[in-house]
Amino acid sequence: MRIEIQIQRFDPDNGQEPTYESFRLEVPRHITVLDAIIQIKDEQDGSVTFRRSCRSAICGSCAMRINGRSGLACDTLVVDELDRFGEIKVQPLAHMPVLRDLAVDMTPFWNRIESVKPWVEREEGTEPEWPVEKETLMPQSFVDELDDVSRCIMCMACFSACEIAEVDDDFLGPAALAKAYRMVADPRDCETGERLSKLNEHGGYWDCTRCNQCVEACPKDVKPMEAIVSLRREAINSGLTDTVGSRHITEFLNIVRQEGRLNEGRMPLKMKMSQPMELLKIMPMAMKMLAKGKLPMPIHPPIPRVREVRRIMDAKGKGESK
Amino acid sequence: MSQFKYAYYTGCAAKGVCPELHQSTMAVCRALDIELVELKAASCCGAGVIGELEPDTQLAMNARNLKLAANQGVPMMTVCGTCQGVLARSHQELSDGDTRDRINQVLGNSGGVYDGGPKPRHLLWALIQDYGLARLESKVVQPLHGLKVGPFYGCYMLRPSDYLGFDDPYNPKSLEQVISALGAEPVDYSGRTKCCGFPIVLESESSAMQMVGTNLIEAQDNGAHCLVTPCPLCHMNLDLYQEKAEQEMDREIGLPILHLPQLIGLALGLDPKELGLDKNMVDTDALITEVVGA
Ligand code: SF4
Ligand code: SF4
Ligand code: FES
Repeated sequence: MRIEIQIQRFDPDNGQEPTYESFRLEVPRHITVLDAIIQIKDEQDGSVTFRRSCRSAICGSCAMRINGRSGLACDTLVVDELDRFGEIKVQPLAHMPVLRDLAVDMTPFWNRIESVKPWVEREEGTEPEWPVEKETLMPQSFVDELDDVSRCIMCMACFSACEIAEVDDDFLGPAALAKAYRMVADPRDCETGERLSKLNEHGGYWDCTRCNQCVEACPKDVKPMEAIVSLRREAINSGLTDTVGSRHITEFLNIVRQEGRLNEGRMPLKMKMSQPMELLKIMPMAMKMLAKGKLPMPIHPPIPRVREVRRIMDAKGKGESK
Repeated sequence: MSQFKYAYYTGCAAKGVCPELHQSTMAVCRALDIELVELKAASCCGAGVIGELEPDTQLAMNARNLKLAANQGVPMMTVCGTCQGVLARSHQELSDGDTRDRINQVLGNSGGVYDGGPKPRHLLWALIQDYGLARLESKVVQPLHGLKVGPFYGCYMLRPSDYLGFDDPYNPKSLEQVISALGAEPVDYSGRTKCCGFPIVLESESSAMQMVGTNLIEAQDNGAHCLVTPCPLCHMNLDLYQEKAEQEMDREIGLPILHLPQLIGLALGLDPKELGLDKNMVDTDALITEVVGA
């Protein structure tokens, strides 16, 4: 099969912007994008630069953007890309400086991983159930809870796909937060409280926009966003409730309990009630909405049979199994 | 009875801050002879927000919602991308026997036991998979020739694709197909599959406004005269907050944002007022004149 691959080239020494270079090659039908790029390097241009090691979706080195999607090149078939997009364009991962061609400087990623202390912190006497001096086996239920987040191979695809990483340099990003949850959910760790308070700040779990890009991109089904949601739940259940995010969830539940539905017009009002200056800021928009007939009443009549919804809410304790 | 009948799940936005979405949905479905039974007793879907703290409460609320639809004996139709994503996920989780039993205990006498039903579908998907694009095209009386429309899908219509399974999350086609069927021209831009930023607008307004601004400007620079979205929450951020995004990006944008049924309604020759186009924050007058006057 004869194919064409466009590779984004960048040479830090020639002072030029990155540009696509097109390569044509003859390949077997079921070749991966990575093997096709290796073939280009072997047969056509030895200077094409990229990372790879295992060629079998284990080491996490070969992540790049293929037709805009961040993922492993060794886990992506050329035919599938051609079916989906009719062409193959590869670029380095996003949100990190490019060193050369498809290789990025991974420092911003690793700094984030390091900042969450990606190890189980233990101290004699703090978790008596899990003594430090001898081997402690975890019950299966804990292992199950840690299963998703333990699969991470640090490929950075999620970080590249993350929409908040795009606009906020302070955001820790999906992989680091998933790793943080890996430690928070580990019963042997003695720093759960410290971890949760630190990540309760700007850049932590509240700054995720729940776009699911990381869940979609992850080649190992780590579901980083689900881990972020679990961190939020752990935080609220541990008493960290003085945040915009936490208040939003509580008010949301309150309004739905009263009306059966969310009244979006009431939310900003409720959220900013305690801050008169903030309230003033939203007034101009509220006036315009009113003029357009868009401002909902402060109180809606509840939906019929709203009692059923309230009963459901009462029937359940907080944060039960997923 | 119409050949096409759905249990209509309005969601909160169409009944609150986006009345024009409900209005235009009703008008368009009437014109297309699609019968809607509104699920008036349906509750909020939880929007993923309730599920953050109380996953089982959200699941039980949606078991109740899905049960209300199942009682009608027809599939549930949504008009909100976020509701669609959350309900599709609940529907899938409830297909597991153990989960369903657990949730049915919570449900108890609150609407009766849920024992399965058809998968909920968004108006956009219903039009393609049930109604058919050819039939839709045959109903167009005012083809939107010359109008360039940027599709804006919204996260929950696309991701995670495991729960949804309609469009390719990286290269969706459904909105483009509908735009083309109406005689308009879909505009290609990378923002079409991105997040609108609505979920973090309270947490971090500047991030959210950059997201809005970047998507709008890219679409506009690629020639879009307006955007169309199947999600009222995206609509809120792109339309209601557009002025703030303009400030954040330091550029005038003025790009009208239409709900999916508003765009369809224009092509069906419906009265713009009936479609609630006067309720959109970014002025739609010039757009309407162009469509009607052309
Ligand atoms: S869901 Fe959150 S962490 Fe994941 S990509 Fe989106 S913003 Fe980033
Ligand atoms: S969470 Fe998934 S995508 Fe992110 S680094 Fe780990 S393996 Fe890669
Ligand atoms: S080369 Fe190891 S994951 Fe692709």
